[in-house]
Amino acid sequence: MKRIFILSVVCAVALCLVAVSVPAQTKKEAFKYEDKIGVVKIKKGDPIHLACWMVVAGPDASLGTDTKRGVELAIEDKGGKILGFAVKLSVQDTGCNAEGGQAAATKLAADPTIVAAIGSNCSSEAKPGAPILWKAGIATVSPSNTAPFLTDPKRGPEYDGYLRTAHNDKVQGAVAAEYAFKQLKVKKAATIHDGSPYAEQLQAVFAETFKKLGGTVTAQEAVAPTDTDMRPVLTKIATGKPEIIYYPIFIAAGGHVTRQAKEVKGLEKTKLMSADGTFSPDFIKAAGDTAVGMYHSSPDFSAFGAGYKTFLEKHQKKYGEKPIAPFHAHGYDAAMIVFAAIEKVGKVAPDGTLHIGRKALRDALYATKNLKGLTGNLTCGETGDCADPMIAIYQMTAENVKKQVIPDKPIWSPAVAAPAKKK
Amino acid sequence: MWGEKNKIFMLKRWIERITPTDVVMWFIGGAILLLIFWGSTATLTAKTYTVYHWFDFIIFGLAQGSIYALIAMGYTMVYGILRMINFAHSEVFMSGPYTAYYVAAAFYSSGFLDQYPIFSLIMIFLVSMATSTLIAVLLERIAYRPLRTAPRLIPLITAIGASFFLQYTFRGFYGSGFQAYPVVKILEGEWALGEFRILKFQAVVIVAAAILMAALYTFVQRTRLGKAIRAVSEDKETSSLMGIDIDRMIVTTFVIGGMSAGAAGVLYALMFKQVHFFMGFIPGIKAFTAAVLGGIGNIPGAMLGGIFLGLVESVGPSLFLDGLGIVAPYQLKDAIAFIMLVLVLIFRPTGILGERLVVKKA
Repeated sequence: MKRIFILSVVCAVALCLVAVSVPAQTKKEAFKYEDKIGVVKIKKGDPIHLACWMVVAGPDASLGTDTKRGVELAIEDKGGKILGFAVKLSVQDTGCNAEGGQAAATKLAADPTIVAAIGSNCSSEAKPGAPILWKAGIATVSPSNTAPFLTDPKRGPEYDGYLRTAHNDKVQGAVAAEYAFKQLKVKKAATIHDGSPYAEQLQAVFAETFKKLGGTVTAQEAVAPTDTDMRPVLTKIATGKPEIIYYPIFIAAGGHVTRQAKEVKGLEKTKLMSADGTFSPDFIKAAGDTAVGMYHSSPDFSAFGAGYKTFLEKHQKKYGEKPIAPFHAHGYDAAMIVFAAIEKVGKVAPDGTLHIGRKALRDALYATKNLKGLTGNLTCGETGDCADPMIAIYQMTAENVKKQVIPDKPIWSPAVAAPAKKK
Repeated sequence: MWGEKNKIFMLKRWIERITPTDVVMWFIGGAILLLIFWGSTATLTAKTYTVYHWFDFIIFGLAQGSIYALIAMGYTMVYGILRMINFAHSEVFMSGPYTAYYVAAAFYSSGFLDQYPIFSLIMIFLVSMATSTLIAVLLERIAYRPLRTAPRLIPLITAIGASFFLQYTFRGFYGSGFQAYPVVKILEGEWALGEFRILKFQAVVIVAAAILMAALYTFVQRTRLGKAIRAVSEDKETSSLMGIDIDRMIVTTFVIGGMSAGAAGVLYALMFKQVHFFMGFIPGIKAFTAAVLGGIGNIPGAMLGGIFLGLVESVGPSLFLDGLGIVAPYQLKDAIAFIMLVLVLIFRPTGILGERLVVKKA
């Protein structure tokens, strides 16, 4: 008897619920917003939540801080609002390694309020991190990942939500090799990487191009990012008598290599060249006076768009210093394309709730065309490469080292070297 | 006659004791040895490296190894007396040079460092050693002493917790970035004897470490206090019955460990220049390995283990792997170091100089 009673109560409740929900559905039809993956709904008065996953602590903190500042200035330029909704920015540290990237991405993926992400900084973080974010439907735009793998056509569907405003290292490695071979006129080169996808792929492009140009690569060595004693590995490299060493690694290890190369017999005269990962005042601190005269391949500041000058002024005003790494403008641009995409797909319902479809947002990001950014014209290709890559070579002067600032003008760039080429 | 009989008897006992695991282990050990021998011969016959290169490798290894040895001393002494691994020792190592950096930087910016380099260096050493000692003593007093009677796992976990605590405390003090030690001019350059040469600061590191280790060893072996420490590590209850103040001996052990870690820290900073709150982790792990390699609880063993590890890291990748045609062998530096540990432990389970510890009935 009791059972029948309970059953009937349950049935009654269920019927009531159906009865209530049917008119509710019909009422909502006035505003319909659908998305294949999901819709982020932002109530009136709530902010649009964007997340940075960047390296803001540890030896490579300058890289993340720099891009974060770019994003912050972009938000400021936008007046802090998109479609009338305030923008909220949260930051997760990624540590410039795979574990940190994975942890940060997992944290972000668990937060349903996040509309889009900007990051990561190191390619090693993006490799495990980007798929985690995309699984949660969060598209991410990286301001400084440069490893070719990340936008390779063979990268797999788990990277579908990944784009970048940074250059692809296929460009950077080639420019560096070209400069070494054609301008410095060296015939023998050695490379060092640290096992990270960024360093490994960049030195591989360098070595390949260098060989193609007619040079010899005497060694392609590797260290661990946490190594401190580079003298043995440098001694090994010295046996091949290279005229230049290209080590596109990060600040801590890069500082050790720079200092210790001068102490190893046979490398006193060898030229040193690093890349954008160490192009920072922190690196100058790590390497000290031994950094004088060395080369860096990095984005070409002089080729940046017209807005760059005002950007630098705002940067100086807000943070009291010059940019501390090469990717601030890329951070700014990454934020800009995210804003543009949100504006394109965001729809405000009659009740004031903002609807943003995750798939629609991703598609809008990929459809970015000819957006005038600080770093050039941004057009996102099929695999998420949005940059208009301009790489130049910089040289550290004694003045730079003394003041601990990175050079703001390149000594050579392929664009200047070949003016006949269309810009 | 009697001797021979005894020998046969011993051999019989020994054969009886062998287990299949032993055989497998020896097989693995033999295979590693063979590979090492093969690789080394191939490298040496290829003649890529001259004798000067090998000399350089050995000096680099010795310098790195003596730092490991100094840190390992702290691990091994604490183990000897408390039978616990003091995982926070790597932070004791970090705290000294990181604090002394500010002294060094102040000396450098005022020009004092260039004017009176020796005096400045002594001051830097003293500040570093004092800080490390203070941290080590506090660690013992706050984290370990209340737990001395607790089961062994508890102080171990506490040590790991203390390690994190100290790391992030120092991060709070000095920031999450890194600092670079100033260059000491008198330590720049090299001394050369014909083609053989040694970088000045590496010579200083090796000599300073050797003096410190000799002093420490003499202290433990020759003085009354050292004798008391050894007595406590042998048997706490009996030595307390003999009138030895156990707490004081344990604190003394931590003081010695802290001092050698602080000194090692400055030597490390002179060699590598960068200091940050996480700098203790890798050298700490390596020094712990060195202590196990040498036979944990044994002081000369820790020294030997440290130097052995440093040498293997520096010479090993080139010597063992280059001849086998393995590219970028220095990436496998740590792997080689740990394989050496395995190798030593297969043939000598108690470490190079370790003795079988008396099993205490608890």
